[in-house]
Amino acid sequence: MIFPASVQLLHIPDGFLSLPISVVSWAITLVLLYFAVRNAQQVLDERLVPLAGIMAAFIFAGQMLNFPVAGGTSGHFIGATLAAIVLGPWVGLLAMTAVISLQALLFQDGGLVVMGANILIMGIVPTFVGYGLYQLLRNQSRGVMLVGTAVASWVSIEMAALITALLIGFSGTSAFNVAVPAMLGVHALVGIGEALITVAAISFIQRTRPQILAEGSVAGSGRWVVAGLVIALVVTLFAPLASASPDGLEWVAGEHGFLQTAKDAPYQILPDYTIPFLGESGFSTIVAGIVGVLLVMGITYLLGRLLQRHEPVTSNQ
Amino acid sequence: MPIVHTELTKLDNSAGFPTLQVKDLHFAYPDGHEALHGVSLHVAPGEKVALVGPNGAGKSTLMLHLNGILSGGGGEVRVAGLKVEKQNLPLIRSKVGLVFQNPDDQLFSPTVFDDVAFGPLHMGLPEAEVRERVMRALAHVGMSGFEERLSHHLSIGQKKRISIATVLSMDPEILVLDEPSAGLDPRARRSLISLLRDLPLTMLVSTHDMFLVHELFPRTVIMDGGEVVADGETAVLLSDDALLERHGLESPTRMLAML
Amino acid sequence: MHVSTFDRYEQRSSAVHQLDPRVKVVLTLLFIVSNVALPDGAWWAFAAGWALLLLVNRAAHFSFGYLFKRSFIALPFALAAVTVLFTLPGTAVASWQIGSHTLTVSDAGLMRFASILIRSWLSVQMAILLTATTQFPDLMHALHHLRVPQVLVSIISFMYRYLFVLADEVIRLLRARDARSARLTTDGKLGGTIWWRAKVTGSMAGQLFVRSFDRSDRVYNAMLSRGYRGHLLTMNPHVMNGRDWLMAGVGTAVLVIIQLLGWLT
Repeated sequence: MIFPASVQLLHIPDGFLSLPISVVSWAITLVLLYFAVRNAQQVLDERLVPLAGIMAAFIFAGQMLNFPVAGGTSGHFIGATLAAIVLGPWVGLLAMTAVISLQALLFQDGGLVVMGANILIMGIVPTFVGYGLYQLLRNQSRGVMLVGTAVASWVSIEMAALITALLIGFSGTSAFNVAVPAMLGVHALVGIGEALITVAAISFIQRTRPQILAEGSVAGSGRWVVAGLVIALVVTLFAPLASASPDGLEWVAGEHGFLQTAKDAPYQILPDYTIPFLGESGFSTIVAGIVGVLLVMGITYLLGRLLQRHEPVTSNQ
Repeated sequence: MPIVHTELTKLDNSAGFPTLQVKDLHFAYPDGHEALHGVSLHVAPGEKVALVGPNGAGKSTLMLHLNGILSGGGGEVRVAGLKVEKQNLPLIRSKVGLVFQNPDDQLFSPTVFDDVAFGPLHMGLPEAEVRERVMRALAHVGMSGFEERLSHHLSIGQKKRISIATVLSMDPEILVLDEPSAGLDPRARRSLISLLRDLPLTMLVSTHDMFLVHELFPRTVIMDGGEVVADGETAVLLSDDALLERHGLESPTRMLAML
Repeated sequence: MHVSTFDRYEQRSSAVHQLDPRVKVVLTLLFIVSNVALPDGAWWAFAAGWALLLLVNRAAHFSFGYLFKRSFIALPFALAAVTVLFTLPGTAVASWQIGSHTLTVSDAGLMRFASILIRSWLSVQMAILLTATTQFPDLMHALHHLRVPQVLVSIISFMYRYLFVLADEVIRLLRARDARSARLTTDGKLGGTIWWRAKVTGSMAGQLFVRSFDRSDRVYNAMLSRGYRGHLLTMNPHVMNGRDWLMAGVGTAVLVIIQLLGWLT
């Protein structure tokens, strides 16, 4: 029978994160869940439970949908951005939390003690980042809104992958300079699938039931863009800080007389993470990260303005 | 600890009010679609009434007015003399046992017990009494022993019977059913018919199943285009072929005659 | 057509099955925390943990193979930890030349890698036992008793209830798509571009969404019709008895012993 497939690499099992990292993740998650419950109840009141519950089932079932890509592989989707767009970020977070807890409880897809981290990875980060980016372009024409949705979905997946790599790295389970590019690389592809399906789904919903999309929006969209941006920046900030920490690589270098090349080694593995003239330090990678995120947001925004001039603006709430 | 609502005492119907009184009900949906154009209807205690009509006639819309889920279009509804309005809703909803067409909509709790207990629990009754009512309701529909089962494991016939139990446990004045026999195989349908026949409750049942109407309901109300177009003895209405055809219905005797 | 693979509960009449769900959840969590808290290379403690698992498995009337077969579910993730073999400082154990780089496995790296895998392997088995011996509604009761907000517990319960309904709908959608996914020859190329295929899948997702949204409206009406006013009431039948407290105490004591084993050897 069909076993609900999820992206295996984003659900961390127990044993792969250190206790301090688990605790910190839980702390962040619990605070945000508290706000999610409070705000969601304010907006939806007694409709919250049936709506969020059934939507969570939808996300779970949606993860069962796949489409053949090449050979025997198939692409599929996670749905955090979709949930945020149609339900709003707080209710979306509650729905994703339900999905993640059920997957962990019933299928051991993700651990129990590390569930706080998994909720951070697959609930909090992609929902808020995706929603923030979506807000940038949602008031433009339909085509632009869909582009914004695609970018938001892709970036949200990359962010989730990045924070997974960071959590594993800080736990001492993995070396940053392999984990980060590996996760980002693999999920760059997964993110494309996510973007395609999310856009197609939103496009369908917009054509058939536009009022649902209007309902899902939360007041103060500017605030959300900032929130999404801040989260993306914070996560990116930690990445190069981590890789700058002294690693076994130097020991390896010492052992085999490669001391003079030791300093260059990380940068051969991560050519994309440095800015040449800033040279060899974690600082350059931090700047690279910030530049990267700002570039994405900037391009997205410019695209919006550009396309607005060439397409008739349809009234979109 | 469930909150005990002191206002949920047994409705006093000694004045002999009809169980259901619908007076000149109007309703239009937000998208402008006018669903009810002045519907009036009375149901006396103990009556079993069939509600028939083509799709879009307004049957479901009418039913959603009976316990106040829809309102605001003009006219009024009274249950055993009590007006359906905001402050009376908790009491009204315990008196009107509304069973939706799709049992997967009606059965939303983890176990059968939880679903049948939902009504009495939200009426504020103490746990011991809730338990007793659940057992009684399940016995009434022939589903004793199913308390710990998970709804998704059951067949549609079983789900339909438990759906009825979920409102029986509230001890309602009137049972309002939307398409109870839809989707049932012949055996399950037979079983449902016996169940409905044996239940000593006032009933208003919406259905497309004309044989069911003929077999169980002495009185029939025909709706079309948001209005009541006929209301009377089933035998009389079902023999009026022209009337039936005008409103997109088939007479069971004519269907049999074609065999 | 029914999807019934979402149940992980295995019916048995064992003491473990009858244990209060709260106790089972808490002990499972403590066991996992204990595993993670053990230092690298705490082989005796790990072995004791495994012995505990086998004991609980037997007490639940499951066969050895039952638990063992399912225990490797988290294995793919081991890939993520591979790098520690090479990056943890220690005495060299083995090395390979790859191009201009030399990959060296250190003893500390090996110990860390093995410990991570064992911790994960042990933890997942206790989680499996928890689910196999506790029915889902009881798991939800346990969460509620352990102070998880009712809103969240209710959302998860609803999700569980409607998983099956929606999974059935997905299967129907997939079947309808497959029925129209013809090819001109048996091993011919799949028609349409990736974009088109993604679009079709996305439309299916959109359709599923709209149906789910409408269903949530109907369920909401059904809830209102039976007296729901925003505060979901449930009956929680679980009361801790003497045996439950005893098991809680014994379990905790065993975990403390395992910790001592791990840190003192």
